[in-house]
Amino acid sequence: MSPEPNGERPDGAAPLLEVRDLVVHHGQLRALDGISLRVLPGEVYAIIGANGAGKSTLLRTIVGLHSPTAGSVFFDGTDVTRVRPERRATRGIVMVPEGRRLFESLSVEENLKVGATYSRPGPWTIERVYEMFGWMRERRRQPTAQLSGGEQQTVAIGRALVANPRVLLLDELSLGLAPVVVQRIYGMLPQIMATGLTVLLVEQDVSQALRVASHIHCLLEGRTTLVGTPASISADQVEAAYFGLASAAAPGASPEEGEA
Amino acid sequence: MSLATETTALPAERFRVTRSRRNVAWTGVGALIVVVVLAYFPYIVYSGTTAILVQAFIVLTMASMWNLLAGYAGLVSVGQQAFVGLGAYFVLILALHGTSPFAALPVAAIGCGVAALPMWWLVSRLRSGYFAIATWVLAATTMLIIEKFSSIGGGTGMPLPGFAGLDPTLLTAYTYWAGLAVTVVALVGIYLLLRGRLGLVLTAIRDDEAAARSSGARVGLARMLVFVVAGAGCGAAGALLAISQLQVQPGAVFSVQFTAEMAFVTIIGGLGTIEGPIVGTAVYMILQQTLASYNAWYLIILGLVAIVVTLFARRGLWGLVDTHLNVRLFPVGYYLRLDEERPRGPRALPRRG
Amino acid sequence: MAWVNAIIQGVLVGGLYALFACGLSLMFGVMKVVNLAHGDLAVVAGYLAIGVITVTHIPVLWSFLVVVPLMAVLGYVLQRTILQGALDRSVLATLMVTFGLSVVIENGLLQFFTANSRAIGTGLALVSGSFSIGSQIQIGYLLVVVFAVAVIVLLGLQYFLSATKYGRLIRAVADDREAAQLAGADYRHVFGIAAAIAFGTVALGGIAYGMYSQLQPTTGTDTILLFAFAAVVIGGLGSLWGTLLGGVVLGVAQQIGAQISISDETLAGFIVFLAVLALRPQGLISRGAQS
Repeated sequence: MSPEPNGERPDGAAPLLEVRDLVVHHGQLRALDGISLRVLPGEVYAIIGANGAGKSTLLRTIVGLHSPTAGSVFFDGTDVTRVRPERRATRGIVMVPEGRRLFESLSVEENLKVGATYSRPGPWTIERVYEMFGWMRERRRQPTAQLSGGEQQTVAIGRALVANPRVLLLDELSLGLAPVVVQRIYGMLPQIMATGLTVLLVEQDVSQALRVASHIHCLLEGRTTLVGTPASISADQVEAAYFGLASAAAPGASPEEGEA
Repeated sequence: MSLATETTALPAERFRVTRSRRNVAWTGVGALIVVVVLAYFPYIVYSGTTAILVQAFIVLTMASMWNLLAGYAGLVSVGQQAFVGLGAYFVLILALHGTSPFAALPVAAIGCGVAALPMWWLVSRLRSGYFAIATWVLAATTMLIIEKFSSIGGGTGMPLPGFAGLDPTLLTAYTYWAGLAVTVVALVGIYLLLRGRLGLVLTAIRDDEAAARSSGARVGLARMLVFVVAGAGCGAAGALLAISQLQVQPGAVFSVQFTAEMAFVTIIGGLGTIEGPIVGTAVYMILQQTLASYNAWYLIILGLVAIVVTLFARRGLWGLVDTHLNVRLFPVGYYLRLDEERPRGPRALPRRG
Repeated sequence: MAWVNAIIQGVLVGGLYALFACGLSLMFGVMKVVNLAHGDLAVVAGYLAIGVITVTHIPVLWSFLVVVPLMAVLGYVLQRTILQGALDRSVLATLMVTFGLSVVIENGLLQFFTANSRAIGTGLALVSGSFSIGSQIQIGYLLVVVFAVAVIVLLGLQYFLSATKYGRLIRAVADDREAAQLAGADYRHVFGIAAAIAFGTVALGGIAYGMYSQLQPTTGTDTILLFAFAAVVIGGLGSLWGTLLGGVVLGVAQQIGAQISISDETLAGFIVFLAVLALRPQGLISRGAQS
């Protein structure tokens, strides 16, 4: 299979989440320059790229914490570009933010309860989260500041899950965590997704992303440089797209430039 | 990430750094003319008018100081009335010991600048909201302490001595000139201060404090300097107040109403520009004269307008003029110009200060 | 014995100060707003109570039931409109807007009610009576009741914050506004609730103050705001019970000052406040403030 140009997907697949020609600025800085992508239901869509490539900005814009200068965000066919972040969350777009960002003065259980306050109906409950992460039940009254990084990450994921999202956004899960811990957390992804979730993740660790993703999207300085499935992309292509090197064009390969 | 490439793609030699968008040498001359004309006023207008102008001078000086604090150093003080009161009392104390109140004026200003130092030590590390309240408490405390001294009038105040034998017309004229002098010194002083290194440091702090610190700017020192200058300036205004009212009462000279006036005048006129307080004072005086008999009303209206301006027209009246006419009477910022006649609009560096 | 009396007085009046202070503390803890009009709102509540009683002739104590909820609603509305607008701009904007409100309220009251003091007369034995311990200690019923009410209010607030949905939301939003948004919470609504609570409690305090002492247009800033603030600072930021502790310390300091010289009452309180500022500013700058 050859990498598809510009996020176009096989016909007949309606995307759950879609971004069209997104242009995002930070003040005068153009952080995203015409990004388009489509996430199909049930996928694990991974966005990779170097620091400053615009990955987190993309996620933040999708979730509503940042307003685009141009372009749109579609969720389940509806234009949500102007919808406030909390309303997007209740519609089913829930993010686990970069750096966990747990509520520090709240206990583990209270964090989960807050996550569940405006939840959609669905299979995820606090109980179920306790079942999945065994240690949490006993330490549920602990203040989150006392947890290790990995534990905090799972609480953050749990907090997002109890809202019963339809698409779960994971922003840099691996940040500040030991590789073993990261692998273990990513290892739980199939279990999490068994309930019918779609996942859009941003990851600095490329090999980790390649391991879990069904679709890869590489950003460089705000533009798309590569889109495709892990199976159809070579390591050289990824490296070229990641660092922006002029790559020797291999047959069937098409490193992408986004529209300027 | 791509910045607008136009500026960075051109060689550096094609750019000049200038202090203003237009040639403002003529504004300097204009200002001088204005001052000279104003100086002649006691000879050509009634004393009622000069009295009103003295009030305007007091408000303008205080507003300029508050603007310096809040608009440039980011310090929102709700306690500048402490210095106004102290300035008035410095004059009173010196006058009681035989000094002419006019001679006492500069001493009062310096004295207040010195008094600002221990106050700064108390409040300098506080966050904005707490800084504001702490300055308020300091002012209230200062008043309560001063009221304990019956030799300077205690809680009821006393008249200001030192004018015996002075012809009333001469007194109003001297008061007026003192007011004019204080205002001119204050404005010119602020202009020179901001045009120099301090202005650059303050703008840097305002834009990004952490970055300013890491590039070596002495943030704490800069702020302290501003606080001291503002203290001295308000002290001078307070001294003027004492002279113009011929008496010093604690409730009157330590009133938080002064802060209300300073702040509202600055906000309405335009925070963060030297011209702003001038515009604001003009508005204030007009308002006060038209509503003279409805004492509480002009403060109510002033307050409401200040709220509206804060929420909807952040740069105040002068900001509106500035945006549309590209004029700065007191150029303290920097502009990057291509060597053409006019600098490009949005490509130029942000205009601040 | 006069000293013992004074200290007891001081402790009890600390309850009143705590009522003033808890709203200020809440608004700052949750929204990072220092509401300079906080004291004036208490005075407004007092005047409102007087107005309601005069017009409708309801029993005095019922005025609480009318005015406190009214002020809470006012708080929600004011927060969602003006204060949110200022918050979206800058810290300076919130200070200016609340300061502007304070000036407008005070001068408005001055204009419509003149500078004369008003009190909420009750004639109830409960309010104006007192009881004695031994022969030299006399304690007014009103202050005891107010202190008890303050404790109950603080207990209620503590329960609310720790065990209810909105209490959790308020704490969550205070911790991390964006993360709360990501969890589906509209922080503007949560802010509004916090403001409603703040306005309600300060209204309670204001009406009580009108019964205990007298109200003037300037009481809001002269007395209430600075005292509320002093109580918050002395008791330690971010602590609800700290406002009670701070109120008590302030009250006792004031009464001791009054024993020394009647005019030193307020001054004594301020000096304690400034001393805390000078000696223990950690509580005021430790919360991530680098400036």
